[in-house]
Amino acid sequence: MTLRDRWRKIVNFVMLSLTGVCAVVAVSMLFLILGYLVYNGWKSLDWNFFTKLPLAPGETGGGMANAIVGSVDIVALATLFGLPVGFMAGVYLAEFGGKTFSGLVRYTADLLNGVPSIVIGIFAWTVVVRPMHGFSALAGAFALGLILIPITARSTEQFMVSVPQTLREGALALGASKWKSIATVVVPAAYRGIATGMILGVARIAGETAPLLFTSLNNQFWSNGLTQETASLPYMIFIRAISPYDDWRRSAWAAGMVLLVGVLLANIAARLILSRGIEVQK
Amino acid sequence: MASPATTSARSPSGARAFFARLASGDEIARLITLAFACGILLLTVALVWQLWVHSAAARHKFGLGFLTGTDWDPVSGQFGALPFIYGTVITSAVGLLIAVPLGVGAAIFLAELAQPRLSSAFTFFIELLAAVPSVIYGVFAIFTLVPLMRDYVEPFLKRTLGFLPIFSGYILGVGYLTAGVILSVMTLPFIISISREALLEVPVEQREAALALGATRWESTWHVVVPWARLGIFGSIFLALARALGETMAVTMVIGNDPTIHASLFAPGYAIAAILANEFTEATGDLYQGSLIALGLVLFLLTIVINALARLLIVATTRRGSAHP
Repeated sequence: MTLRDRWRKIVNFVMLSLTGVCAVVAVSMLFLILGYLVYNGWKSLDWNFFTKLPLAPGETGGGMANAIVGSVDIVALATLFGLPVGFMAGVYLAEFGGKTFSGLVRYTADLLNGVPSIVIGIFAWTVVVRPMHGFSALAGAFALGLILIPITARSTEQFMVSVPQTLREGALALGASKWKSIATVVVPAAYRGIATGMILGVARIAGETAPLLFTSLNNQFWSNGLTQETASLPYMIFIRAISPYDDWRRSAWAAGMVLLVGVLLANIAARLILSRGIEVQK
Repeated sequence: MASPATTSARSPSGARAFFARLASGDEIARLITLAFACGILLLTVALVWQLWVHSAAARHKFGLGFLTGTDWDPVSGQFGALPFIYGTVITSAVGLLIAVPLGVGAAIFLAELAQPRLSSAFTFFIELLAAVPSVIYGVFAIFTLVPLMRDYVEPFLKRTLGFLPIFSGYILGVGYLTAGVILSVMTLPFIISISREALLEVPVEQREAALALGATRWESTWHVVVPWARLGIFGSIFLALARALGETMAVTMVIGNDPTIHASLFAPGYAIAAILANEFTEATGDLYQGSLIALGLVLFLLTIVINALARLLIVATTRRGSAHP
C-alpha cells in the first residue's frame, strides 16, 4: 500500500466520521432543547399554572389560564378561517386548475408561505387593528389564518394529486359528476394526507409569536370578547423570558415546556396518521 | 361568410354545455374553489399594497437614502435602515457559516452512510427540530446560550483570534454572534432535510461507477454525488437564508437591541425583525410608523428574492417545488 493510498484511506475515514458527528450534533440539539425545557419547566409547573390568572412579579401562586384559553381561542379562530380557504384552494389546484393560472396561484402560495411572520403581523395590523382602532383576538386570528392558508393549500393539493387517476375515472364511469367524484372518492382517498398537512399547519401557527405582537397583544386578565386584547401562550413566554424577575422567568420555562410538548405531540400524531395510512394502502 | 353562422351556432351549445355543467354541480364547484384560489392571490396583492401604502410617509421623506441612513432617532424624527439591514445580514451570514457545513455533513451521513432505519429515525427527529416554535429557541438561547457564549466561547475566541476586529471588544453574551449561533440551530433542519432529498435523487449508478474506478466512499461522495446534487443543496441554503433573514423572536431575545453598527461580532446590534417586534406597538406618528413599515417592506423584498432563488434551484433538481421540507 503506497503512502498516497494510506492517506486516501485516512481522509475517507475521517471525513465519513465527521458527517456522522454532524448528524449526531443536529439531532442532539432537539434533545438538548427538549430536555432542558422539561427539566427546568417541570419544577415550576403546578396545577395553578392551568387554573389561575397571572400575578405581579413577587407574588406566588399565579398561573397562565388566560393565556392558555386565549391561545386556544385565537388558534381555533385562525383554523376556522385558514383551513377552509386553504383546503378549497388546494382542491382547485389539484382538480380544476388549468396550466398558467394555477401555476400563478401555486407560486403565490409558496411566496406567501415564505413571507416572514412578522411582516404578516404588520399586514394584519394595517387591515384589522388600524380600522378597528384596537388590538384584538380577531386580528391575531387573521394573521395566523393567513399563515395557515398557503400551508394547507399546498399540502392538500399534493396529497390529492397523488390519488391514482383510475379512481377518478371509475367514479366518472359510474355516472358521477366531477364534483361528486371529488367529494366521495378523491378526498376520502387522500384524507389521511390532508389531515396530516392540516395538523402540521395548526401546530405551526400555535407556536407563532411574531404575528401576535401587534395584533392580539397581551392581557393580564381574562379577555372579554374577541375584539379585546387577548393573552396568548407564546406572547407570555416572550414577555416573561426577557423580564428581569426570577419567578417570571421560571414561569416562562413552564409555559415553554407546555407549548413545546403540545406542538411536538401534534407533529408526532400527524406523522403517525400518515404512516398508518400508507401501511393500510399496501 | 360561414364563420359568423358557425360561431352563433356554437355559442348556444357552449352556453348549454355550461348550464348542463352548472346543473350537475361541476361548474359551481369549479367556481367556488376558483374563488378561494383567487383569495390567495388577492390576499398577497393586498399585503404588498398595504406595506407600500403605509410606508408612504417614510418613503417620501427619505427616499432611497432610507436604506443607507445610519441614524435611528424617533425623538428627532431621523430614521435610517442601515444598522438593521446590517444586523439582519450579519447574523444570517454567521448562522449559515455554522449551519451549512454541519447541515450538509449531516445530510451526507443520512443519505449515503446511515442504515435506512437509523436514517429515517434521524430524519424524523430533524423534522421535529424544524417544528420547534421560534420563541422556544429564544427561551433556550437567552437562558443557556447567552451565559455559555459570555463565559466560555467568546473569551476563548478573543484569546485565540482577538487580533481580528470581528473578535475584539467588550463581551456581553448578547450580540451578533449569539444571534447567529441560535439562527444556525434554527436553519439546520431545513438544510438537512432538503439536501438529503437532493442527495437521494442522485442515481445509484453514479456512485457505483466512481467506486468501480477505485474511488473511496468519501471520494465518490464528495467528487461525484455532491456535485450532482449541488443545485438542490444550494436551494436548501437559500431557503435557510430566507428563514434566517425573517426570523424574529429568537433574534430579538439575544441580539442586544442596539441600533448602531459594530464591527465586532461580540457587540450588541439590532435586526429588522427585532426592531419591528420591539417598537411597532409604541410607534407614534406617521413618520415613525411609516419607517417601521418601510423596514417591513425591505425585509419582505429581501426574503421574496431569496425564496424565489431557492425555489428555482430546488425545482431544477428535485422536480417538486414544494416549500415543505
